[in-house]
Amino acid sequence: MSSHYEAPIRRPLIVGDKSYHDITVEVAAPIEGKANKLWWTAFTIALLAFLWGLGSIMYTIGTGIGVWGLNKTVGWAWDITNFVWWVGIGHAGTLISAVLLLFRQKWRMGINRSAEAMTIFSVVQAGLFPVIHMGRVWNAHFVLPIPNQFGTLWTNFNSPLLWDVFAISTYLSVSLVFWWTGLLPDFAMLRDRAVKPFQKKIYSLVSFGWTGRAKDWQRFEEVSLVLAGLATPLVLSVHTIVSFDFATSVIPGWHTTIFPPYFVAGAVFSGFAMVNTLLIIMRKVSNLEAYITVQHIELMNIVIMITGSIVGCAYITELFIAWYSGVEYEQYAFLNRATGPYWWAYLLMMSCNVFSPQFMWSKKLRTSIMFSFFISIVVNIGMWFERFVIIVTSLHRDYLPSSWTMFSPTFVDIGIYVGTIGFFFVLFLLYARTFPVIAQAEVKSILKSSGENYKKLRDTNHE
Amino acid sequence: MSNRVIQAMYNDDDILMDAVKEVRAANHHIAEVYTPFPVHGLDKAMGLKGTRIAITAFLYGCVGFSFSIWMMNYMMIEQWPQDIGGKPSFSFFLNMPAFVPIMFELSVFFAAHLMVITFYMRSRLWPFKEAENPDPRTTDDMFVMEVTVEGNEEELVSFLEKTGTVEIKVTEKHN
Repeated sequence: MSSHYEAPIRRPLIVGDKSYHDITVEVAAPIEGKANKLWWTAFTIALLAFLWGLGSIMYTIGTGIGVWGLNKTVGWAWDITNFVWWVGIGHAGTLISAVLLLFRQKWRMGINRSAEAMTIFSVVQAGLFPVIHMGRVWNAHFVLPIPNQFGTLWTNFNSPLLWDVFAISTYLSVSLVFWWTGLLPDFAMLRDRAVKPFQKKIYSLVSFGWTGRAKDWQRFEEVSLVLAGLATPLVLSVHTIVSFDFATSVIPGWHTTIFPPYFVAGAVFSGFAMVNTLLIIMRKVSNLEAYITVQHIELMNIVIMITGSIVGCAYITELFIAWYSGVEYEQYAFLNRATGPYWWAYLLMMSCNVFSPQFMWSKKLRTSIMFSFFISIVVNIGMWFERFVIIVTSLHRDYLPSSWTMFSPTFVDIGIYVGTIGFFFVLFLLYARTFPVIAQAEVKSILKSSGENYKKLRDTNHE
Repeated sequence: MSNRVIQAMYNDDDILMDAVKEVRAANHHIAEVYTPFPVHGLDKAMGLKGTRIAITAFLYGCVGFSFSIWMMNYMMIEQWPQDIGGKPSFSFFLNMPAFVPIMFELSVFFAAHLMVITFYMRSRLWPFKEAENPDPRTTDDMFVMEVTVEGNEEELVSFLEKTGTVEIKVTEKHN
């Protein structure tokens, strides 16, 4: 017992009187049980939204990008807004699994599996938008430096758009591998419990024959640590490079050096909000309240509060620098952002992203589950509008006043966006019924140090 | 050396750790230990050498870094130097700052993927691989120590019984 010491002041991360076997049973329960009506309703809605989006995508590809609301002045709007929004959401998973691993934060273990799943599913949504925006999607492989019929015609490595291709594909593939390696022991647990032959076959296949040898665990832990070390700068680089898509241009409002840290903070902010949205529902529906505790939600709210405040500082710094630069174009871009025809979007962004997270200073509010859920939705809306404000308000009034215009989305723009939300939830709902949603092997390894029953036992022994 | 192993099962990681230390102290050979989760310090207690997989990751990262430099120099500077946006591709070092993001991404890409592939190969993990754990409960809450039988089998069994095991099985070695 002494080797599992943890300071008594730390609150338990696993609530209730749990044994190793209880953890196994409770993590396997949602997979072994039958889906209830609520799941089927949610799944049907998500599937319909996905199909609607698929139809809109096919219509876009069949007819052309002209079916979107884009015009000569505003050449990037909903599509890139959605792209950046989804990539941003995709940041929390790796942050939780990698950065918190390096900082030895044990609370990550209850939530890292689902956060990583969310990351992968949302990066898939993000990737759709640039590909559709290419217009001729069948030529999408041209973004890769592969030999072609032109012999020596290669991609342009000076372009931030190409950096993005490399950053996003590295991020998606490394996150996937990180996730799957962590899943092996948990799939093995499901395999060894499976009664139905088909289930046993599937989980044998995906667990890669994991057996839990001492040497394998030693390598497993080293691999996790090194992957965390690699994924940490990777996750920071991804949104940095996404911000380069804007920052390396010469558009007033985009051409700012603050973009990389500001985008990364915003991404973490929106990602944690989405983790809260998903897990607050999941812990209830899948009966995992003992593993995803109120403390987990509180800690995520604190991260939301801090990153929201960083984003707020960035907004104000941007305004100050625009004025201080003395460049009239820059000054106008920001004045127009706040007081021009899109003032309502700016106001929505400011109130959702800067004002609303400040409620989390109150312990009562940040430990309230209903309030946390509400704020997580507000933050997601706010972060969508942040990208919309940055992209559309910087473009719609350019250097040439005769081409000033407004942007309004068509039903196709909206259809594709709703479709990606549907696709995301289709994937996430399927995941919730077939994957071990808690990293049970890792949770078992902290049961004796952070489990409520063991902590109590230790405290009474010391007194 | 006989082909027989004794599988001693434990239901607690701390009891297992003490048992591993006792068995080692009594100079018996531990063939393998199966655990449902990483037991910290078990590898040291068993006398396993440290893993060198982090070193391979570093080397793979160096390969990725070199490959990215070679690739971008070949494609942008040597084979078809173009003047893109008034920024001609005359020499590698003039263009180098624009290549930094992809140098970084490819270093990470190579290091991460090749290290994981090395891990899967070394630990014999791949799709369609049959699991070899002696008991299905070892992925749930049971810990199994396999001890090779050398000399008197009954003596070893009674020795292991005193280490807090909950079940003991004597079997032929499976591989």
